[in-house]
Amino acid sequence: MTAIEVLSPGLLTTVQDLGREGFGPMGVSPSGAADPVSLRIGNRLVANAESAAALEMTLLGGAFVFSEGAITALTGSDFGATLGGGAVSPWTSFEVKPGQTLKLGPTRSGARCYLCVQGGISVPRFLGSASTHLLSGLGGHEGRALRKGDVLKIGDVRETGQKGIGKSAGAARNARVLSRTGTLVYPVRACSPKALSKLAPRKVLRVTPGPQTDWFPKAAQKAFYENAYRVTEEANRMGLRLEGPAIPGGAHGEMISEGVSLGAVQIAASGLPIILFVEQQTTGGYAKIANVISADLHSVGQLRPRDEIRFELVSFDTARNLLIEQEKSLTSKNLILER
Amino acid sequence: MPARKTRSTARFAPSSDQSLLIYLGEKITIHANEQIRKLLRMLEAEPIAGVRNLHPAYCSILIGFDPLKWTCEKLEKELRKYLTRLSKVKLPEPREVAIPVCYGGEFGPDLDEVAALHKTTPERVITLHSSTPYVVYFLGFTPGFAYLGELPQELVTARLPTPRKKVPPGSVGIAGNQTGVYPFETPGGWRLLGRTPVSMFRTDREGLSLLSIGDRVRFVPISRERFTELSRA
Repeated sequence: MTAIEVLSPGLLTTVQDLGREGFGPMGVSPSGAADPVSLRIGNRLVANAESAAALEMTLLGGAFVFSEGAITALTGSDFGATLGGGAVSPWTSFEVKPGQTLKLGPTRSGARCYLCVQGGISVPRFLGSASTHLLSGLGGHEGRALRKGDVLKIGDVRETGQKGIGKSAGAARNARVLSRTGTLVYPVRACSPKALSKLAPRKVLRVTPGPQTDWFPKAAQKAFYENAYRVTEEANRMGLRLEGPAIPGGAHGEMISEGVSLGAVQIAASGLPIILFVEQQTTGGYAKIANVISADLHSVGQLRPRDEIRFELVSFDTARNLLIEQEKSLTSKNLILER
Repeated sequence: MPARKTRSTARFAPSSDQSLLIYLGEKITIHANEQIRKLLRMLEAEPIAGVRNLHPAYCSILIGFDPLKWTCEKLEKELRKYLTRLSKVKLPEPREVAIPVCYGGEFGPDLDEVAALHKTTPERVITLHSSTPYVVYFLGFTPGFAYLGELPQELVTARLPTPRKKVPPGSVGIAGNQTGVYPFETPGGWRLLGRTPVSMFRTDREGLSLLSIGDRVRFVPISRERFTELSRA
C-alpha cells in the first residue's frame, strides 16, 4: 500500500474531488475543488480519471513524504514547490522517489494549489464523493483539514481510469510499465503554456443577472458593475466577503429564503457583496444581484484576500458559449504534451 | 370545478447559467409548501436527465442543471409539463418525529431573555414551544438543518442582533416564526432555548438526516438527567 505522510499540513489542506451533487433536499452543498479546472488538469497529468481526489492547499502549502514514491503533479497556483531541495515545475508530472520530501511554500500567485497523485487519494466516500465538507465535518479525511502526522492512502493505480490524451495516447499505453514498486510509469506530461493561458484565472468575473436583480434600483446596478471590490480576509470555501462601495438599495427587509446557486452574488444588509462558494449554505434570504458564470467559477477559487476584482455583465447565451469554449480547451488534445 | 390554479401561479426565474428557480407561491404558506413537496416528489420519481440538484425551500425549488445539456428556457418548458400533473400527486402521510429537548440553563442561554421580551415566564415559553406541532418546510443552511414552522404568535421573536460565532450542535433555536435544531457547530443568529441529545445528521445510519421535508415534529421537554442518559445512548 502506498501512502502520503503529512509532515506539515500548510494553512488549510483538504481532500477534494469534483464534489457531490444531488443532496440539496438534505441541505448538503456539493463541496469539491474550489478550482475544478486545475484539479481536472492535474489528474490528466498523472493519468487519473478527471474526478480523482487530490489535495487542495490554500495560500501556504505543506510538506509531504511518499513512503513508496509516486507520480504526482502540481496545478493551480504556484506555491514554489521543491522536491528533495530542487525546484519542481507546476503543470508537469514528476516522480517522487520513496522517502523524498515534497515541500510547498507560500503562494506566488492565487489562492489554491492542487497536489494530484497517480492513483488518487483514497478516503472513504461520503454520499459518493471524497470531498471534505469542513463546516459539517463530513467527507474527505475524517471530515477535516489535514494535520501533521496524518497518513493518507493512495489508490490502486491499476484501478484508476487511464484515459488517452490524444494522438500519442496509443504510444502512452504502450510505454506504460509496472515499476518495481507496482506504480505505473508514464512519460512526463506537461501542459502547453499556450493552451493553458486560455484557462488562466480572471480578476474580472463575468456574471449573469441574479434572480433579484430587479429589486435593485438602476443606479445601484450600474454602481455594482462600475465599482472595484476587494476580497476581504473573510474568504473561504463557503463564500467570499467583498469590500468596496456599498450598493444602495441592498436592504430589502425579510426576503423569503430560497435555494442559492453556486457563485451567487448576494448583497447583505451592509450593501456589500458576498460571493457564495462551493461549501455555501444551500438556502438563504438575501437578494442576489448577479451570479458568476460557470466558466469563471474556477477563477473565484483562486481569489486571495486583498485581490481587487470587478464584475462584468454577460448574457446567458454568452455564458453558455464561454463554458463550451472552456470545456473544449480542457479536453483538447493540445492541452497536454508528452515527452 | 374551477380551473386549477397551479399553472398560472408558477413563476420561473433564472438563478445562474446552471440553475433555475421555480416559485409555486409568493408567501410562506402550507399550501405553497405542499405544492413544492409535490413537485419535488415528481422530480425525484421521474428525474430529468441532466438535472443535478434540487433545493426545495418554503415556496420555491432551485433546480441545478448541467449547463452543457440545458438552458433555463428549455428546462422551463420541460418543467411546465410536470406542472400540468401536479394536482394529481399525492403526498405520503407525514412522519411524526418527537425530539427530546432539555430547555434552559447552559443549553438554552436565550430562554430567559425570550421570556422577558414576551413579558412571560421561561416555563410558559417552554410550554408554548413544546406544545405546538411543527412542519418541516425544508432542509437548508447546513446538512440536516430543518426549517420548522410555525411558532405560536406569542413566541415570534427577531433573531439576535449579532449572530454567535459558534452554536453547539443540537441547539434548539427560534427566529421570526421559525424554529430549528443546529445539527453542527456553526455560526448562528437564532435565539437558543434548549438542546437535544439526538443527532440531527449522522453518517453511520440510513437516512442520514433525522428529519425530511414534510415531516411533523414535536419537541418533548426532558430533564438534565434524561439528557445525559440519552447522550450516552
